[in-house]
Amino acid sequence: MDLLGSGIFKGMAVTLKNFAMTYFDRGRKERLPTVQYPEAGDTVTLFTRNFPFLIYDGEEEVDGMRCVACQICERECPPACIYIVKEKDENGKFVKRPKVFDIDVSVCMGCQICVEVCPFDAIVMDSEFEYSKEDRFGDLLFNRDELLKSNDYYHKIHPEEAQARDANLAAKKAADEAKKKAREEKAAAAAAAKAAAEKEASEKKDSPEASEPVAEEPKAEPAAPSENHAKAESEAKEKPAAEETPVEEPAAATDETEDAKEESSGGSEGKETSEEPEETAGSGEDDEKKAEEGEGVS
Amino acid sequence: MTMESSVVAGSEPTVEPRGFELIEREGLETNLLEVSMGPHHPSTHGVFRMDVKLDGETVTELRPVFGYLHRNHEKLAEDMGYLGSMPFTDRLDYFCSMTNNWAYALAGEKMIDLEVPERAEYVRVIMAELTRLVNHIMLVGFFVNDLGALGTPLLYALREREKILDLFEWASGARMMCNYMRFGGLRNDLPEGWLTKCREVVDAFPYFLDEYEKLLVENEIILVRTQNVGVLKPELAINAGITGPMLRASGVNYDLRKVDAYGVYDRFPFRVPMGEVGDCYDRFMVRILEMRESIKILRQAMDELPEGPIMGEAPRVFKPPAGEIYGRIEGPKGELGFYLVSDGTAKPYRYRVRPPSLVNLTVLEDLCLGHKVADAVVILGSVDIVLGEVDR
Repeated sequence: MDLLGSGIFKGMAVTLKNFAMTYFDRGRKERLPTVQYPEAGDTVTLFTRNFPFLIYDGEEEVDGMRCVACQICERECPPACIYIVKEKDENGKFVKRPKVFDIDVSVCMGCQICVEVCPFDAIVMDSEFEYSKEDRFGDLLFNRDELLKSNDYYHKIHPEEAQARDANLAAKKAADEAKKKAREEKAAAAAAAKAAAEKEASEKKDSPEASEPVAEEPKAEPAAPSENHAKAESEAKEKPAAEETPVEEPAAATDETEDAKEESSGGSEGKETSEEPEETAGSGEDDEKKAEEGEGVS
Repeated sequence: MTMESSVVAGSEPTVEPRGFELIEREGLETNLLEVSMGPHHPSTHGVFRMDVKLDGETVTELRPVFGYLHRNHEKLAEDMGYLGSMPFTDRLDYFCSMTNNWAYALAGEKMIDLEVPERAEYVRVIMAELTRLVNHIMLVGFFVNDLGALGTPLLYALREREKILDLFEWASGARMMCNYMRFGGLRNDLPEGWLTKCREVVDAFPYFLDEYEKLLVENEIILVRTQNVGVLKPELAINAGITGPMLRASGVNYDLRKVDAYGVYDRFPFRVPMGEVGDCYDRFMVRILEMRESIKILRQAMDELPEGPIMGEAPRVFKPPAGEIYGRIEGPKGELGFYLVSDGTAKPYRYRVRPPSLVNLTVLEDLCLGHKVADAVVILGSVDIVLGEVDR
């Protein structure tokens, strides 16, 4: 230390320089000029996320909705800001669509967990952030119709992500259709054989359980073949194929899927749907399965 | 400030004052003054309270009181899936969300023996070192603020931090609550052009540090206020479990990046700055020197960043086998650890955070005793706490 106080003056020189430079190189990016927010400046970046919204395809908002009310996001949401009620048709049967889908954005922390767990790419993050409302509670509780936004909008705000998602969905759909075809052929063959062999049994089944289980069964049951083709082909009859897999990997069965079982078993078709996630949990294929379910109904 | 009754010299106090101790001095009879600093004191970096007993201006007793920001983090985590806690770890130490994510992800990966792809490891190193820059620059800014240099140095620090936060926002979608890492890798890859921008920011940082050092390091006021204030002896530091820059400022060479070499840290040559005295000045300088080392690591990591996947083969449903694991990293504030006990279900049986802020705070009384009350503020500033992490 040479002269007492010289350190302070050195520091003051730095502040003086900084002060002066604000007048000379205002436009320089690295000096972080103020962004004149409402008039200019795009603050939205590639992965900007604020609050989630629901996507619909096509023109019809409700009919094109991708969400099938599987309630996975509701369960996984860390601050528990999602509330879903499934829609029922006039017979009391569950339709794969949410009747109520509320997101309390005053609770939502924009963590994107719902987007990551959604097997249908139905919920994604918005970059809209100008949400000032007059009512603190009611207006910040977004209901289903407020949350629904078109796929075109998504393409506008996150083009790359949207394209990736669309490609993903298209690939899934193609795979599903191929599978469906194969399955239908197989089911037809099996049904013919079965019908010939055990007419009485099938008649018995038809009468008490109304018509839907029969419509449902051939569709939901052959989902097993996708995992172990050979096995399922040999015993393409009924439950055995679906029940064998959980025995193989019991560790893969989760609370999540168990919950799913409980919740989805409310409907009359619950039996089939509840068994599916269990067998495939952890394999990464369950979204395909679920997508199949979703398609099967809609 | 609480002053319930005053005792006039020579007269007999009629009521025994509560919590006051009479001190006999030659010719002057006085008593200890109990001051409750905080919880809304600007120097306490959040809602933190110091119950200080003062003899004149000298601290004779100090009791840290915290818990005002308790958010039930650990118990909440035990009631949700493993992934669900990831966004909440951002909110522990809100300056360092990336390292918090990493520590938690590391613990989770250890539980199921998950391999992390090389690119993800490098990106994690980049993010962690950027976080270290953010944390240390903010610490230095606030530390000088506590010393009385209101505004200017802090705003310079905020300006530099903003550039790094822009990088975080670009990569992860959020400035502070990044929520970027996942068990087995990262949520998304770095966007195009990110690396170029990051290199620009990192290359400009040493110039800022030079300027900042010129502004502060030789400043006589800072030297007088910080040197030999709040000396932490290495023995006490080790016994109290102090980690991070605070431990190294006391002259103990212990850096988890070297000792544990988690991630790919063994590939980067860097030095570990250490102090000699263990006073506030050393703690302040160790941080500035660490930033320079971080820049070295950053440059090398950016040069060597490989191409490839960013996500390992993580199971879709995270369900570790029964057992316990402790994952730790060298956070900017010290050893940040996550202790997880699994009972084989999808929810942790026990979830425990080892917060460096809280553990480093335990020696506060030892550091402050005998110093003036104004120094207590400086010492607290040099400990580097974030109440979000202390209280959880």
